[in-house]
Amino acid sequence: MQVPVSWLGEYVEIKHTIEALAEVLTNAGLEVKTIDYIGIPGADLEWERDKLFLAQVIEVEQHPDADKLVLATVEYGANRPKTVVTGAPNLFQYVGAGDLTERRIFSPLILEGATYYDPYKNKRKTTLKGRPLRGIYNDAMLCSEVEIGLGDGHDGIILIQEDAYGPKYVPGTPLADVLGDAVLEIDIIPNIARCASIVGVAREYAALTGQTVRYPSYDVVMEGARVGDRIVITTGNPEFNPRFCALLIEGVSQKPAPYWMQRRLKLAGQRPINVMVDISNYVMLEMGQPNHAFDYDFLRRRADAYAPDGPVQIITRLPHDGETLTTLDGEVHKLLPESILVTDPLGNLSLGGIMGGLDSEIKDETTNVLLEAAAWNFINIRKTGTALGMHTDAYFRFSRGVHPSQALLGAKRAAELMRVLAGGTVARGIIDTYPDVPETVVVDLDPVYVRRLSGLDLDSAEITTLLQRLEFTVEPNGALLRVTVPDHRMDIDGRHDLVEEICRVYGYDRIPSTIIADALPPQRGNPELEGEELIKDLLAQQGLQEIITYRLTSPELENKMLVTTAPDDRPYVKLTNPISPERRVLRHNLLASVLDIVARNSRYQERICVYEIGQIFLVDEEEILPEEAAYLALAMTGLRTNAHWQQDDSAWIDFYDLKGVLEALFGRLRVSVTYEASTHPSYRPGRTAKLLIDGQQVGWMGELHPLVAEALDIRLEKGQGVYAAELNLPNLLAAIPGQTLFRPMSAYPAVREDIALIVDSTIPSATVEAEIIKAGGYLLQSAELFDVYTGSQLSPGKKSLAYHLTFQSPNKTLTDKETGKQRQRIVRQLENTLGARLRE
Amino acid sequence: MLEELEQLHEAALQQLAAANSGDDLDNWYKQTLGRKGSIQLLTRKVGSLAADDRPIFGRNVNIAKKALQEAYDARAQQVKMAELAAKISAEALDVTLPGRVQPQGRLHPITQTMRAIYRVFGDMGFQVYRSRDVETDEINFELLNFPPHHPAREMQDSFYTNTPDVILRTHTSGGQIRAMHEYHPEPIRVILPGMCYRNEQITTRSEIQFTQVEGLAVGHNITFADLKGTLTEFARRMFGEERDTRFRASYFPFTEPSAEMDVSCFLCDGDGCQVCKYTGWLEILGCGMVHPNVLRNGGYDPDTYTGFAFGLGPERIAMLKYGIDDIRLFWANDLRFLEQF
Repeated sequence: MQVPVSWLGEYVEIKHTIEALAEVLTNAGLEVKTIDYIGIPGADLEWERDKLFLAQVIEVEQHPDADKLVLATVEYGANRPKTVVTGAPNLFQYVGAGDLTERRIFSPLILEGATYYDPYKNKRKTTLKGRPLRGIYNDAMLCSEVEIGLGDGHDGIILIQEDAYGPKYVPGTPLADVLGDAVLEIDIIPNIARCASIVGVAREYAALTGQTVRYPSYDVVMEGARVGDRIVITTGNPEFNPRFCALLIEGVSQKPAPYWMQRRLKLAGQRPINVMVDISNYVMLEMGQPNHAFDYDFLRRRADAYAPDGPVQIITRLPHDGETLTTLDGEVHKLLPESILVTDPLGNLSLGGIMGGLDSEIKDETTNVLLEAAAWNFINIRKTGTALGMHTDAYFRFSRGVHPSQALLGAKRAAELMRVLAGGTVARGIIDTYPDVPETVVVDLDPVYVRRLSGLDLDSAEITTLLQRLEFTVEPNGALLRVTVPDHRMDIDGRHDLVEEICRVYGYDRIPSTIIADALPPQRGNPELEGEELIKDLLAQQGLQEIITYRLTSPELENKMLVTTAPDDRPYVKLTNPISPERRVLRHNLLASVLDIVARNSRYQERICVYEIGQIFLVDEEEILPEEAAYLALAMTGLRTNAHWQQDDSAWIDFYDLKGVLEALFGRLRVSVTYEASTHPSYRPGRTAKLLIDGQQVGWMGELHPLVAEALDIRLEKGQGVYAAELNLPNLLAAIPGQTLFRPMSAYPAVREDIALIVDSTIPSATVEAEIIKAGGYLLQSAELFDVYTGSQLSPGKKSLAYHLTFQSPNKTLTDKETGKQRQRIVRQLENTLGARLRE
Repeated sequence: MLEELEQLHEAALQQLAAANSGDDLDNWYKQTLGRKGSIQLLTRKVGSLAADDRPIFGRNVNIAKKALQEAYDARAQQVKMAELAAKISAEALDVTLPGRVQPQGRLHPITQTMRAIYRVFGDMGFQVYRSRDVETDEINFELLNFPPHHPAREMQDSFYTNTPDVILRTHTSGGQIRAMHEYHPEPIRVILPGMCYRNEQITTRSEIQFTQVEGLAVGHNITFADLKGTLTEFARRMFGEERDTRFRASYFPFTEPSAEMDVSCFLCDGDGCQVCKYTGWLEILGCGMVHPNVLRNGGYDPDTYTGFAFGLGPERIAMLKYGIDDIRLFWANDLRFLEQF
């Protein structure tokens, strides 16, 4: 909503500087997004007060030596009038008209030395220099809109015709005082629909500054023939159309609106059209009631067809099956069943509260006008306008709520302006169909409640004063206050709303800041979050970067994970209004999102080690909401270490780097995870492991299948692989032991023995290690694999695994004999269970 | 014999003076004081002396041995120091050469921002409560006092799913309802972080997916003044002790009274800069007193309970704090971006 400060000032005295005004409004919830200055300090072109004046045109004569120039003599408050040479085409009409003083025509005058915009160079400033024009020295200029930054017009100079209704001008007034202005762009959030008008904003400012609003006059002079039974209005659906007011204005003539009105419309963002359309828009902007002018003769001609001797009938109703509407812009619209129409017996005339119809619209030759100002149900308007994509100014207001009481005021205001400015005569009698009068809202307010909610200690008298400033009526009602809500406050329906009003007018900034005195609620903690955050830290400590990806993805991306097999046929949570095909479903697979990021980074990075903790979304046939399962996914590829000047090329990250990260993670979480060779379509066969906790599968790890890496477009060097893992997070977190007990360190020395065992290559090392631990008994502290050998020294199909065994007793120093015995037991046991042989 | 001892002593001292390395010293020791060294060999000749001379000779040998041992120790120390000095000087490093940096892992800047928020509110007794991304229209809108077709719904463009009345949450406020349902009639102090979604054009300023942290306090005695106090504390801890806050009226369907909190710009100290659009203030969060309908929908009687709620955007805070000018960088996850935090 664009609010020219000069217009605002017509209804309330502006007691602040422009900036302070903006701040006062902003703090009260009318957020001023921008301030646009025109001619006054703050503007790009500030009008110099001693060089730019309002001048009155006294006489216009032909230039003696040039057909296309005239000499305009103007009065601008100096001792003598000034004569300027100008080629402005709109002055030629006054050549030879003699003394123009009585005709009250004004124009901005720029004197030599003043800065203005060069009209041919977009907002480039220049200085006016005196020079002879065809022999006549010229040291001043009457200017066009573009030259002083008032608009785009450069067809002629600005000519301001004073009229009976508008402001009175005084020649010689500094131009900044007449046309200088500032326009506030106010964000109309849903609860301040009442401020979608200049009067609405004035009302707020008046309340905030303790003033009374100078409302525009809603009186109308009705001197025409009685409306009588010439027009009959029927509202068929009062729930959608609670009020319909109409006035008949006869004998209007189309012409441009007066300058002051055009200027206000322009500043408020409306293009002036002609006086009738401009009045309609002006009233809507001024006091917030949209209104519509029908060509009455057109309606009468139609009535001649359906009721030659009867009245013009206006009926508001819902559409018939398949009914369409042709709007002002020539578009043909299909209608919703609840789109309310203004019709006559022959068909529809306009879409109620949103847009007029093409045929019934006023035209240049229209002389008699039926003016409509009605009230509409805001939800109905919202549905219709949204469905039909018609976001008109009327829609903007009606869809946010305009109280039916405004309809009559708007109708009268517009009719009176049409009488005064368009030369019309208003027929006597207002047609006011008001079948559904809304109840006045009355709220009983307890001052204790005000304190309880706001923390402000105000007594009844103070509360009363604050509410009265906003035009609420307040009367005592026992210990309570009976507050009657003014019509225009459709946002107020309870005592909590009144507290906001009290706080707003009192000033949010004056409310104290306190620390909560209320009792602290039970403190529960959030173990799941703490577990997640611990895992994030542990992985970051190991050199992995956390990422956060889009949870919206496409099946195509996720199916790249399955190129070696059939695509995922589980149903997705699908968006019905996605912004792009790439983000049209909620993901099934966190690793796919992570690998997509690996692919994007693979063009720039030599080492990519990343992880994410996030949700996947699985449709649950039994529930309307999907299962949201938290997963951990990690991916590693590229160089194992950072490049360094002192070392040769770093090796590629491999399977065991990934496994080391996982082992360290599980170790720090104190979760025991086993790795079981397995197969999975996304991973490379022979390099894939299932992760198990207590026999339950919690995830996968391995080298990404080369075809998957290719499908995902991950750029890899020769020998480089992508290693990835994914884990179900709740299962992992559930396995973290609640308690860990300290284990005392033995005071006796540990004895280390090495052992190398030859086994079949097919036996997993984990099996060998498990057997060693089992056979080693309580004295064996650890078995640490330090060498794996296959080769010419062994028979084919065999491998040698070498371990450091650490023996230690909690209560004595072990002898060689004792450790020797344990070692023997281990060897014997493995010979029996795994067919192992000691490598000598 | 004594003369011979004296000569040996003299000669040994001279040799010792010439010993310049550990090896020289070891050789000298072997040849002089060792078991087969010259002094030891001389003592073996003691038998050839008269009995009366033997004690004198013995004493002199001991004196000589002690003197040589002391000389050896002193020389050994000298040589050690000299050798160390030579080694130190030979092995000087260019301390400006780069070190061996282990690959570093980091948390995503949004996780870091979230944690800072958790910490501040955690200290004030607000615990983290999380709820789901895919929500019903009822939880996301209706119970939060957004009736169907209410103009406020236009402030948040939803993503709809193929299940009717199931949407991607447009804010974490729905978690307020879930928390109230779970905890009523106990008082509540929680913050609700999470991923939210809005059907908007992706630009440098807006994303279809973004995080939000909502806060909710419900109790018997919670006021708008408490809201101001709590959030002002938050602003100071988050952005610096010297920050000012400004509360201005605003609108959210689920709060009344509602406010926006601005924080004095920490980039220009309130003087006005490009980031604060020359206002001196940065918009940080929306807040207000929980609407009675919402309290009621959550199971709390508005006659005996009041509460406040607020919501803020971690991306916005991270953008302001780090001077990030493009919100799309967060989910693009370019490592060159992430490695800066």
